[in-house]
Amino acid sequence: MERSEEYIKNERKKEWRVELQKKTKAKDRMTIERVQMPESAPEERIKSQRIEVNKGLTAEEAMREATRCMDCVNPTCMEGCPVSINIPKFIKNIERGDFLQAASVLKETSALPAVCGRVCPQEIQCEQRCFYVEKLHQPAVAIGHLERFAADFERESGKISVPELAESNGIKVAVIGSGPSSLSFAGDMVKLGYDVSVFEALHEIGGVLKYGIPEFRLPNAVVDVEINNLRRMGVKFITNFIVGQTESLDDLKEEGFKAFYVGSGAGLPRFMNIPGENSNGILSSNEYLTRVNLMGADAEDSDTPVLRGKNVVVVGGGNTAMDSVRTAKRLGAEKAMIVYRRSEEEMPARIEEVHHAKQEGIEFSTLTNPIEYIADENGRVKQVTVQKMKLGEPDASGRRRPIPIEGSEYTIDASVVVVAVGVSPNPLIPNSVKGLDVSRWGTIEVVKDKMQSSIPEVFAGGDIVRGGATVILAMGDGRKAAANMDIYLKEKYLSQKVEH
Amino acid sequence: MNKIVEKENFSEKVVKIVVEAPLIAKARKPGNFVIVRVGEKGERMPLTIAGADIKKGTITIIVQKMGVSSIKLCDLKVGDFITDLVGPLGKPTEIHNVGTVLCCGGGVGVAPLLPIVEGYKKAGNKVITVLAARNKDLIILEDEIRKNSDEVLIMTDDGSYGRKGLVTEGMEEIIQREQIDECITIGPAIMMKFCALLTKKYEIPTMASLNSIMVDGTGMCGACRVTVDGKTKFTCVDGPEFDAHKIDFDEMMSRLGGYKVEEKDKLDHFQE
Repeated sequence: MERSEEYIKNERKKEWRVELQKKTKAKDRMTIERVQMPESAPEERIKSQRIEVNKGLTAEEAMREATRCMDCVNPTCMEGCPVSINIPKFIKNIERGDFLQAASVLKETSALPAVCGRVCPQEIQCEQRCFYVEKLHQPAVAIGHLERFAADFERESGKISVPELAESNGIKVAVIGSGPSSLSFAGDMVKLGYDVSVFEALHEIGGVLKYGIPEFRLPNAVVDVEINNLRRMGVKFITNFIVGQTESLDDLKEEGFKAFYVGSGAGLPRFMNIPGENSNGILSSNEYLTRVNLMGADAEDSDTPVLRGKNVVVVGGGNTAMDSVRTAKRLGAEKAMIVYRRSEEEMPARIEEVHHAKQEGIEFSTLTNPIEYIADENGRVKQVTVQKMKLGEPDASGRRRPIPIEGSEYTIDASVVVVAVGVSPNPLIPNSVKGLDVSRWGTIEVVKDKMQSSIPEVFAGGDIVRGGATVILAMGDGRKAAANMDIYLKEKYLSQKVEH
Repeated sequence: MNKIVEKENFSEKVVKIVVEAPLIAKARKPGNFVIVRVGEKGERMPLTIAGADIKKGTITIIVQKMGVSSIKLCDLKVGDFITDLVGPLGKPTEIHNVGTVLCCGGGVGVAPLLPIVEGYKKAGNKVITVLAARNKDLIILEDEIRKNSDEVLIMTDDGSYGRKGLVTEGMEEIIQREQIDECITIGPAIMMKFCALLTKKYEIPTMASLNSIMVDGTGMCGACRVTVDGKTKFTCVDGPEFDAHKIDFDEMMSRLGGYKVEEKDKLDHFQE
């Protein structure tokens, strides 16, 4: 399914593309300013967890932005996409007004375009490799906004196309976990003709897209449409099933599953192991976000409780920290604050998320690190003792290392503290499968680019391999694993040589 | 969706439910638990498994009415479906033939204790079980426990059944009478704390099974964290059983009240 260079070049020479190329001069394309994503007003959107911040482009805005794209001979943007979307082809379809066709181009290689259009860090992927950035030092074509536009247009039109499927080969494969990596894998495998079953431990399909990313960034309804597309393509989904506990991998083999893809994610939240951290009112971002996003605890009629506080402190500087602190604001916090040990420059969160958080009145206390929690007589947190930090030499991550400043300690009032300092791989699968090579961090060891583990029929990808990354990198792993598992299974069971 | 095939009220607040769950019935071991959810707005709630019938494909759960979610579950009738049921979760009890085992269950803690008592008996141990509750009505599963124990001692706070007194009084008598090689305690946190203090005095290895607050039950949320031997552990994936002499019970009891106010609000709202 990978698109060869030649294929890309031939596509570009199609009549309609050539016509568009001629229609507008490059000089005129370059004079168009990059589109601004329309946003809900900050004072309105903080009233509800379910008001989407980015509202999406109108058809006119999208077509105008698509016109900026130069339809380069050598589209470097595609090299920046972990799932190799044919970017110029979908954008040029938008330019000519064929939005459904644009959506179908997205679906050739991506199982979740409406999701990616919302949560991918395009600024460090496709858009960073855009001609405008690389050659003109100007803002990139808004590839992410356009992707979202095409996917949303198709969904709202009700004319959702199902990608072409190969003839069924009857080979059963099992997918463990139903997050972005697994969904991407399942989409590719079902297209190749496999009989795909996805096993999910929770009661909802979607993994981190459901329990982690809040509705103001990614509505659950959008995720559900993408899942339903996979269902229509023939993917089976089984909820409330924990592989390794409900049934073992060996049980599934006996039931006829020939190969497995482990996309069980980075389930285990990290804590800092500082005094007082197990006081009430201190919780992981996983717990906080799961209660709200998956269990709907922000709504009155949900049976699941959630802690609301006047002063909420969120520890960390990643996207999950931003999601948590912005959720706190929407749950009624008067003061919602990020405490992060490095400076804003080193924050792993997307610039857009930090920007939106600031618009919403989130306070930032950078170069600050918690060292102790102080609880009241009932065991509920009331204050965080923090220490000021300064930046030293770069560490292994390439970012400048934070160094504590002795004697700089002070306290911050907080009745709820959310710890968002990262996650570790979920141990359930590594612990339950004999013969699986696991690193000392608990991640599954795979042959790079093949995603094959020490057990030949077990492939793995996403956070269970990476230890904590992005939706799109996890999806890229799913695609790679599918391509390689296809080769493995066809050689083994169908005695077919597959073109690499 | 899992169908309820049998229901019995043990007391006003304690209900036994037998529910179809063939895969869990087959896979479950003593010490495992499940997570259930009732209704589309329902909360995920951990519950211990009191027994299973592999042939019928059912498991037995014992539920005490505490808050909105447990009340909703207890209100379901035979033929109704539990919206979501997942498991078995947690590490199973490590059962060996060690000699004489003292099993102590308080209140609905007797439910998860039953499969463990059965396991110890099957492994060839002499099993002495102490059942404790506030009063006679709250003593559950007595017959089943008797079937699998060499000796059963019943203690009630008010003396309405068995002997009057605390679980620890009965335990100490037995400990002074004969050699006990291992002890397990399951019940209210305060009971387990005092059981642990007692067996520590006599240096008897003791396990306690914890009923922490959980959301997913698979290691994801960390709501169930507990300090064991100075280190933070997750009850769902590291437990639910831990060395009772190393558990910080005071912290554990405090953490059980972590959502007290919010839970009461939900209950008041529900009962309106």
